[in-house]
Amino acid sequence: MDDIQIVAFRLANEEYGVNILNVQEIIRPTLVTRVPKAQSYLTGVINLRGNVVPVVNLRKRFGINEEKNNDNNTRIIILNVSDLKVGIIVDSVTEVQRITKENIEEPNLIEFLDNKYVQAVGKHDNRLIILLDLQEILELGSENNDKTANSKE
Amino acid sequence: MNKSEYMELFIEETREHLQLLNEGLLKIEKKPGDDGPINEIFRAAHTMKGMAATMGFEQITELTHKMESLLVKIREKDLVLSSAISDLLFACVDTLEQMLENIIQGKKKEIDISYLIIQLNNFENPTHNINIDTINELANNSWKELNEYEQKVIIEAQKQNLNIYRCLINISSDCVMKSVRVFMVFKSLEAIGEIIKSVPSSQDLEDEKFDNQFTVYFVSNKDKENILKIINQISEISIGKLEIYSYDNTENAENADVGLDQEETKEITNNVKTKIHQTVRVDINKLDNLMNLVGELVINKTRLEQIFRTNDVASLNETVEQIDRITTDLQNVVMNVRMVPIEQVFNRFPRMVRDLSKELGKEVNLILEGKETELDRTVIDEIGDPLVHLLRNAIDHGIENPEIRNGKGKNKVGTLRLIARQEGNSVVIIVQDDGQGISLNKIKEKSLEKGVVTNKELEQMDQNSILNLIFSPGFSTASTITDVSGRGVGLDVVKSKIQALSGKVYVENREGEGTKFTIKLPLTLAIIQALLVKLGTEIYAVPLANIDETTGITDDLIKNIQGQEVMVLRGKVLPLIRLSEIFEAGGTENSEEVYVVVVRKGEKQIGLVVNELIGQQEIVITSLGKLLLGIPGIAGAAILGDGKVSLILDVGTLF
Repeated sequence: MDDIQIVAFRLANEEYGVNILNVQEIIRPTLVTRVPKAQSYLTGVINLRGNVVPVVNLRKRFGINEEKNNDNNTRIIILNVSDLKVGIIVDSVTEVQRITKENIEEPNLIEFLDNKYVQAVGKHDNRLIILLDLQEILELGSENNDKTANSKE
Repeated sequence: MNKSEYMELFIEETREHLQLLNEGLLKIEKKPGDDGPINEIFRAAHTMKGMAATMGFEQITELTHKMESLLVKIREKDLVLSSAISDLLFACVDTLEQMLENIIQGKKKEIDISYLIIQLNNFENPTHNINIDTINELANNSWKELNEYEQKVIIEAQKQNLNIYRCLINISSDCVMKSVRVFMVFKSLEAIGEIIKSVPSSQDLEDEKFDNQFTVYFVSNKDKENILKIINQISEISIGKLEIYSYDNTENAENADVGLDQEETKEITNNVKTKIHQTVRVDINKLDNLMNLVGELVINKTRLEQIFRTNDVASLNETVEQIDRITTDLQNVVMNVRMVPIEQVFNRFPRMVRDLSKELGKEVNLILEGKETELDRTVIDEIGDPLVHLLRNAIDHGIENPEIRNGKGKNKVGTLRLIARQEGNSVVIIVQDDGQGISLNKIKEKSLEKGVVTNKELEQMDQNSILNLIFSPGFSTASTITDVSGRGVGLDVVKSKIQALSGKVYVENREGEGTKFTIKLPLTLAIIQALLVKLGTEIYAVPLANIDETTGITDDLIKNIQGQEVMVLRGKVLPLIRLSEIFEAGGTENSEEVYVVVVRKGEKQIGLVVNELIGQQEIVITSLGKLLLGIPGIAGAAILGDGKVSLILDVGTLF
């Protein structure tokens, strides 16, 4: 994996990151319309300037039980993954960072981490940032598995 | 260079030209003496050849080229268009269609065209001992070889009753100094007339940049024999073909731009992708209209910004009204852009009807009306198959053989009408034949036999319901299975397809006199009228097309039959569904008065219990996207006036 730029955000007590190339924009929370009978982690849909965009509740996706109401710091990150637009609700967006190659660790090197949503772990200023596997989170199939397989070699 | 862009254009235009070919051939068959259609198909074949060559599709180029050669012969009356030739030409068009289909699907499969080529060659006077290919090449290119000035000269010469010749000259292959021979030819021709043009150009001829043939156009008052004599005096030269050339204004074949070099065309062929996007060709006026509206919108947007800075409420009101008007207009225009004339679908039918009636030994006159009626693109794409089905049925089962028709005192040529017209917010398509109609007794027998209905049920049915049995799954009245229809999948498929397009289909029947199918389709699928209802705090949209009526009731009128909640509506028992329970929306417990929206799916009715009716609104249907696909009961989403997203009910999946 090369150097990457990420958008880092906080959720519960962890810091996560997504590749900046996947981020379309960051918006303040807006009214979410619930979609009945959808996957539980899909909170609903929002109106993004005339487009209907589904929103994922990452807490539910990650199995974090503690709920949290929106506050001043809550943001929705609009992602663009494989031509699919989707929003994720996060507690706060911290910053945009560049993480160098040598500071990115494959998750299998860190033994306690056993989570399929984790693509890698980045180190920055003594902080650990969990880099998310968006394909896996959104259940978009195996496209990304190939990539991780390659980078392990 | 964006190749896919050209690719789309190529496909679109090739389709159009294939259509022209089909139409032209049909016209010629009907009126053999007419010159118009032959010129038309010639041009279509020619343009297609040019385009295919540009894109590097060699097979199409080759086949169209050969067709062209044959067409030239027909046009110049060297050959009479026989039924065999027109069949062959039709076969060529079919093959070309297949090739185009392969290109669209990104298949690199080659279709064997050698058989067609041989046949084309055979028809095309095989006794000529000179290289036919090259002659035709030259002949075919002749129209575009001449520039405007040269054309003028020819027209002028024609007016003065001078002969215009096109002469193909061969130089023997062992000739050492070709340029000298060329010079001699030019000189002797100039002695008796005026050379207008040579192909290749005189410069190229001088530089010997040509094979062993070249063509000269020249004007002279001498006759053919004289010229032959003069040219034949030059040694190592022979005349391949000398013909009197007449220029016809209509022959301004579009210049196919063959400006790409070989490498580039190769590259294109290799890059043919499987994913070809759907395109809509738009009338430039519609686009201009759109542009104007967007312009106005931008002006008003800046005005709004201005008002925002100055807080001028009075002008705000005015601007909002303006914007309201513009967006309404804008919506109409954009909807218009999505509309395409139904001609696109209708166009392929004359050919189909011709082939089918020929095959079945019937005589059918197809009358198309209202080709210009416009429908939404999505509907256009889907409506073709059902129509094909109905037309085939009409020819196969409806219209009788010529002898039978004669016996009945009918015109032996059956009439098949296909009519489209707009009626309010929907489009009506009618397929009507003057054949034998549908026998009700046969329907009865057949549906009993197939187990579609029981004897008891049949007794209670009126004529109309019996007639409508033909739309039941598994029903087909044809006693023998033919290639044409009667394969068990029948009108039920037609019906379900039309229903999927939110349309309706009716049948009218007069035994012995014919059948009439009427299809009613909404103008567009993207914007619909809907009733907004409230479940708890959530707002849902119910498509108006599904709704029969609405009524308000109090809780105590809801009865319970074996666990199913029902109400009595004008003496009929109506099953009820509590939407808020299905959608887990909450909020029904303590409300005494609720509303029931009566919706229909086919023959079945059901009542949807909601908390509140908000009102009717026009909504734009938006897809929920990949992540939320296939949720039962939800067809999509719509953005309401206040910016909230509301979900659209999929009534069909609720029962």
